Amino acid sequence: MANLINLQGNQACAMGAIAAGCRFYAGYPITPSSEIAETMARELPKVGGVFIQMEDEIASMGAVVGASMGGAKAMTATSGPGFSLKQENLGYACASEIPCVIINVMRGGPSTGMPTRPAQGDIMQARWGTHGDHPIIVLTPASVAECYTETIRAFELTERLRVPVIVLVDEVIGHLVETVDLEALAPKETIERRFATGPADGFEPYAVTDDMVPPFPRPGDGYRSHTTGLTHLPSGFPTQNPEKASAALLRTTDKLDLHADLIEACEIIECDNADIIIATIGISARAAQQAVTDLRAKGIKAGLFRPKTLWPFPEKRLKEVAKNAKIILVPEMNQGQLILEIERLMARHMPVIGLNKINGEAITPAEITAKVSEVLA
Amino acid sequence: MNISETQTPFDINDYIRLEQMPHFLCPGCGHGIALRALLWAIHELKIDKDKLAVVSGIGCSGRLSAYIDANTFHTTHGRPLAYATGMALARPDLHVIVITGDGDSLAIGGNHLIHACRRNLNMTCMMLNNEIYGMTGGQVSPTTSSNRYTTTTPEGNTEPVFDACALATAAGASFVGREVTMQVTGLKNLLRDGIEHHGFSFVEVISDCTEIYGRKNDLGMSPEMLLSQKATMRPDAYRNTVDVPFRPNALECGVLAKADRPEYGCATREKNARVQAKAEGK
Repeated sequence: MANLINLQGNQACAMGAIAAGCRFYAGYPITPSSEIAETMARELPKVGGVFIQMEDEIASMGAVVGASMGGAKAMTATSGPGFSLKQENLGYACASEIPCVIINVMRGGPSTGMPTRPAQGDIMQARWGTHGDHPIIVLTPASVAECYTETIRAFELTERLRVPVIVLVDEVIGHLVETVDLEALAPKETIERRFATGPADGFEPYAVTDDMVPPFPRPGDGYRSHTTGLTHLPSGFPTQNPEKASAALLRTTDKLDLHADLIEACEIIECDNADIIIATIGISARAAQQAVTDLRAKGIKAGLFRPKTLWPFPEKRLKEVAKNAKIILVPEMNQGQLILEIERLMARHMPVIGLNKINGEAITPAEITAKVSEVLA
Repeated sequence: MNISETQTPFDINDYIRLEQMPHFLCPGCGHGIALRALLWAIHELKIDKDKLAVVSGIGCSGRLSAYIDANTFHTTHGRPLAYATGMALARPDLHVIVITGDGDSLAIGGNHLIHACRRNLNMTCMMLNNEIYGMTGGQVSPTTSSNRYTTTTPEGNTEPVFDACALATAAGASFVGREVTMQVTGLKNLLRDGIEHHGFSFVEVISDCTEIYGRKNDLGMSPEMLLSQKATMRPDAYRNTVDVPFRPNALECGVLAKADRPEYGCATREKNARVQAKAEGK
């Protein structure tokens, strides 16, 4: 018999993290993500994990990276302003390939904005928030069940690939309560980081391996390696040699291309014969799904393209799905961020039209159907 | 116990990454002396290098970690204490030592320092105070002495100086000490006592920056700067016995504060173990 419980999106993120093997959480209170920290504070000790509330957002990101450098599966959660503060240490994790998961429950911005109101304004911050060219993976759940499963997937990807993974949730999804069966959703097995084994002599912590994911030298295992945010050689020590510097950076970004099939995920609904494709994420995708049903009932061939992996953007899938469509509509709770990527990919083939809302309220199915009618008229 | 009689003599070559030599420190820099004292203390404590984690920040001090034959982590500016907190909690089996500087831990990382002192997690923080941002070319720091010239105080520094040890003590650090690089043995002993202390230990090392700071302020070369340390420090033995310091703003050295407070890691693990046992129905 199904073990159904009512759960909030934020709580589901925390439970997913624990199911994935997360045993370290450092955080700082911030609306609308605080329930993640509260759930972790209550649940982590039960499984032998450690929770700490740090003195600020920067410190909590630092502590997460520090715990992961020690070999632990580690996570933090925040919202827009805190996410901004975490960016430097997130960049460090990108550069030195330290696995970690950051959940960003998006609220209105800029600055303090509307802390209790939803927005989807961090689509670009999630991709480009830290400085320099860097690899990053961003996942976007659109339901409570997905908060659970996508957080698990975030850990699988970060531990498998040594790339920080951001779970980008909007406030509506974070505070949404839905009925879920966690036992049915729980992973059969957890994915573990590949720790270095074998002789320490001559070991190179950033050696170029076939899968471009070097085994992780766990402190205490005898490798005594060096980790730095400076551009580094396979030995782990800094370099300013032009060829070696670019090769080192390229490996970390090429790694994502090599593992694109593992990383990319999207939900495609009724796109096969669709004239109009609605491409969006999170709560806007839930509204779009209803809009597709409503539009189809009126005889309008609409479909939904929802990237579950937002970055790297599943561009091949979108191009396949939309090749026979006439229009792409991009509803999002910002002034137009996701649309920039979709325009880049599709604007030469068809009109790409935005539907934007920045008033602190979610986009409704009726607003989407009205926009579709307006566009088709 | 006389430690020196119970073990092999200290050889710094056993503790550094020779392949990383030559190091990048300027001639006369005091940081190398501090590094030697730290490694000497580690040797006397017989700490297993595989179990030693050295976490450093950014700046001249931050670069020292790369020379130590241990698990070393050169992190972000001002944040090594935050990284070290995560690591020490996730890996209580490791000896965690933080190397930081006056800019790293008193300016950009000041918040982490005061909270690390308050929290009392078992680790040692060695702060190298050379009164200057050396790596970036000699800008004023929170410990630059009054009226000294730096590239960002062309008319002399008018800001008051942070007393790092007073700050650490006020914030609750359970072991606080200061020593100068001139007193290598004293520094080694202080670091050894700090590392042995169960809780958060803070050791300020008065180091000299000859190239970027001393030269600009006519403080002489390394020998003169080291000798001036002797004139400016008030040794522990004379504490509270000399009314007039040897010079204005004399800094006390030796162990300046020690308190018996619950260590955060142990306290947390004990609580968590009870919660876990209850959850598992034991």
